[in-house]
Amino acid sequence: MTALLVEKAGPLSLLQDRGRFGRAALGLTTGGPMDPIAAGLANRLLQNDADATLIEISLGGLELRAEGDLQLAVTGADAPLLRNDEPAASWSVLDLDAGDRIAIGHPRRGCRSYLAVRGGFDIAPRFGSTATVLREGIGGLKGGALEAGDRLPVRTAARAERRWIPEGARPAYAASASLRVVLGYQHSAFPQQEQERFFSSAYRVSRLSDRMGYRLEGPALSCDSPGMLSEGIAAGAIQVPPDGQPIILLNDRQTIGGYPKLGCVLSLDCAALAQLRPGDTVHFAPITTDTASRALRLAAVHERNRRIEPIAR
Amino acid sequence: MPDYPKIETAGEASLIVYLAAEASPDSAAAVRSLGDALRERLGEHIEDLIPAHASLLVIFDAHATNHAAVAGELREIIARLQQGRTEGGRLVQIPVYYAPESGEDIEELGRSSGLGWEGVAELHASREYQVYAIGFAPGFAYLGDVDDRIARPRLATPRPRVPRGAVAIAERQTAVYPADSPGGWNLIGRSPMTLFNADADSEDTAMVLRAGDRVRFRPVDRDEFEALGGVL
Repeated sequence: MTALLVEKAGPLSLLQDRGRFGRAALGLTTGGPMDPIAAGLANRLLQNDADATLIEISLGGLELRAEGDLQLAVTGADAPLLRNDEPAASWSVLDLDAGDRIAIGHPRRGCRSYLAVRGGFDIAPRFGSTATVLREGIGGLKGGALEAGDRLPVRTAARAERRWIPEGARPAYAASASLRVVLGYQHSAFPQQEQERFFSSAYRVSRLSDRMGYRLEGPALSCDSPGMLSEGIAAGAIQVPPDGQPIILLNDRQTIGGYPKLGCVLSLDCAALAQLRPGDTVHFAPITTDTASRALRLAAVHERNRRIEPIAR
Repeated sequence: MPDYPKIETAGEASLIVYLAAEASPDSAAAVRSLGDALRERLGEHIEDLIPAHASLLVIFDAHATNHAAVAGELREIIARLQQGRTEGGRLVQIPVYYAPESGEDIEELGRSSGLGWEGVAELHASREYQVYAIGFAPGFAYLGDVDDRIARPRLATPRPRVPRGAVAIAERQTAVYPADSPGGWNLIGRSPMTLFNADADSEDTAMVLRAGDRVRFRPVDRDEFEALGGVL
């Protein structure tokens, strides 16, 4: 059977589908790609189901060898891509012959790359999803990150047309991001001047950021909230622990928690945040739920119209 | 207007309903009934529900519905629930081997409470608890409320490893660790019961407890603990 063999796994390479939804009552978080826009494009290039299992590669370092002929595409962070030690094109369908080697280097910009294969990886779902959540030890091959020696079987599928996304039509990754915030939860417990400080300051991405959450460093925030009961945490929630340094809770967040929250970062902007690295900066801007809905609809239209073109021979 | 229930925006596709200021068996039952009724009404438009001590986070499909429509449904359901009686959850019995050799902190708790460790065990097993929420880790159930006399704050320094099955107390809550994990709760015993089975065939068999269920701890001796599959 066709497969990719992991020769080097890099610092953090994880099998992911879109995520594990509807299982929060068991305490299971969603997981899934931190940048679903880039991940979705990798599957779309290959004409896969949107939920096909692919690999999320954080900070490069992944090297694979093809067992059998297959097609793949790499999107996301601007990282060097090598096929048999020769530069190869990202954002493009690549044909691999049996024995070919593919390597993703350390990104120049961005943090997370996505490698999808035509047909998707053939991984048994756990609780309705193949998404790997390390903290839970659930998903992927054995609940863990990829390791050298892992063999990733590829589902059989008819060949996909060779297509690419031209440079101007790709998402751009920078060293800063502006994050739109839907105010919610305990936001009214944060005095006006605290909210003003939050929305007018730059925050730096801390070294302690991971798939659970991005910790930020900047002006501390205080709130009037006395002790509160634990409650459900939505994706992108901005949690403010007693030290006043905000944490943006992302895909592998705990499902419930008891720190006050200002609201949630728009999902589209969480994807941009997930491409930032320690030391990069973010700003925040408040938006209404109506504006958020419009932004989501507009993004869906933009995504449908994204230029994906046949590769000229 | 009463302070509760209140519905707040959480995020771009989520609302949170606060049913009470404090956790109680009534709040837990109401959270559960609200979640069940909402699933019945909105079905596929609900992406996930996160029940907690006295709140329900509702995550919906933003392409199919919106905040105002979901809030409207919630208000209608709440009005109906307030007229009727909400049903309590199932009663689940959990066997526990209480002893200094199975619960590292039970002697200290016995000393500081003046009850002796046997008294701590007796008191812990003497009442029915409510499952307030599942979280922290898969299958980790927050149960309450523990008798004030044996309520204790979390340890100043969490243990790097608490064994699966450990029965523990933090403030007025108690829990059984579903898997080996770090933990800062006070350990008083060990249960042989598997509370979360990640390899189960289905969700229903993966997990013993649901938010809104009730729990009673049944003291067992070391022989029975081992006969039930427990390993110290």
